Amino acid sequence: MPPDSPTVSVEHLVVERGHRTVLLDVSTSIPAGAVTGLLGPSGSGKTTLMRSIVGTQKVKSGTVTVLGEPAGSKPLRRRVAYVTQDASIYPDLSVKSNVSYFAALCGRSKEDAMAAIDAVGMHDHANQLAGNLSGGQKTRTSLACALVCEPEVLVLDEPTVGLDPVIREELWNHFHDLAAAGKTVLVSSHVMDEADRCDRLLLLREGRFIADDTPGDLRASTGTDNLESAFLHLIRELEKAG
Amino acid sequence: MSLRITLVTAARILRQLLNDRRTVALILAVPALILALISAIMDGSPQMFDRVGLILLAVFPFTIMFLLTSITMQRERAAGTLERLMTTPTAKLDLIGGYAIAFGLCAAVQTGVAATVAYLWLGLDTVGSAWLVALIAIVTSVFGMALGLLVSAFAATEFQAVQFMPVLIVPQIFLCGLIWPREEMAGWLQGVSDALPLTYSVEALQEVQTATEVTAAMLRDLGIIAGAAVVATVLGAATLRRRTG
Repeated sequence: MPPDSPTVSVEHLVVERGHRTVLLDVSTSIPAGAVTGLLGPSGSGKTTLMRSIVGTQKVKSGTVTVLGEPAGSKPLRRRVAYVTQDASIYPDLSVKSNVSYFAALCGRSKEDAMAAIDAVGMHDHANQLAGNLSGGQKTRTSLACALVCEPEVLVLDEPTVGLDPVIREELWNHFHDLAAAGKTVLVSSHVMDEADRCDRLLLLREGRFIADDTPGDLRASTGTDNLESAFLHLIRELEKAG
Repeated sequence: MSLRITLVTAARILRQLLNDRRTVALILAVPALILALISAIMDGSPQMFDRVGLILLAVFPFTIMFLLTSITMQRERAAGTLERLMTTPTAKLDLIGGYAIAFGLCAAVQTGVAATVAYLWLGLDTVGSAWLVALIAIVTSVFGMALGLLVSAFAATEFQAVQFMPVLIVPQIFLCGLIWPREEMAGWLQGVSDALPLTYSVEALQEVQTATEVTAAMLRDLGIIAGAAVVATVLGAATLRRRTG
């Protein structure tokens, strides 16, 4: 695959959940080597889009292609990792056992598991039961379970919610290191102050993209100095246009 | 499907279980204690204990593996780990195989303890081999596991998972010949009993009670339970969806 072609390409994606249409004809592409931020309020469809990309979401129409394969297809299951919003780990296993299990599923060793635990700053808690951890520690354990497989595409649903600012900083640096190493990183957030840390932003509102730009260009084009105001500006423009 | 992933999954499930020491203690001790209680109750009639105690050796692991699997799998669905596993190289059969191996081993150990106590201390007596009894008990417990897997799909909470026991397990226990001889039941109840797999475990155990060798009826009964386990597993596998709404 040439370096410029997108890793993830979403075309005319429509997703219905229950009787509600959550994603309305959404199209975008996500490149390798960058941290792409998926921003939008709760209920805007961020999780649904991420689940469509990892292939666990039933879709009504449209296509999602990842690394040249249909989303969720078998060859992708070693190459794509997904971290859900609520830490999907086993509360009755230790941090070490959790990460070692997910490591073993993709053919990695116990040493790899320990390295991933170090990378998320959970070294001192490695032998603790996951159920006894704080929310942030659970999130980091869940993240280690994904990082350990060294996926080419990392899909992270609100991974920094409720974390200590120092750890948040470390994790964002880690995401940028991964991107610099050529990986594709997609991170969702509902807090605008995190948007500035992304190389590129996708703003989702009510199941539609309302912006796709770099943080700098977004501020410039909306004539605002912070992204929160930029988001508001875009929404007002859209409402005016009706 | 991958043998490595299946074994890794079985090891993970066993580790979860072993981290819960109290559950392990209950799994190992309770059947033996209840058998001792039954034997004390039936003190005056050893033949009665030979019949009831023997059947209980299969009924215990069957019931407990059903409960363990339905609750563990319900948690796996509710906690999002199932969805996560579906994004990893784990195949559905790896997951089910992992459950079958983990809980099959667990049932084997439980049966081993209960059977040892029953044969050595409680005076349980069968004409056929105790190993055959253990084999029947383990195959029956794998059927219990498969039913638990299936039920977990219909249980939104752990409470609901437990409530399926009176629906799926208790009628089988009542109609299998444990509390009343099947021949003395009304015709339509015998018909229902014929349709319930646990009946065939009991029939196989009663064969071991009276025959020294493996009989054709015993093999047929084992085949029926194994078949029921396969059917329940296939139905359970169908409820493991990679994509959900």
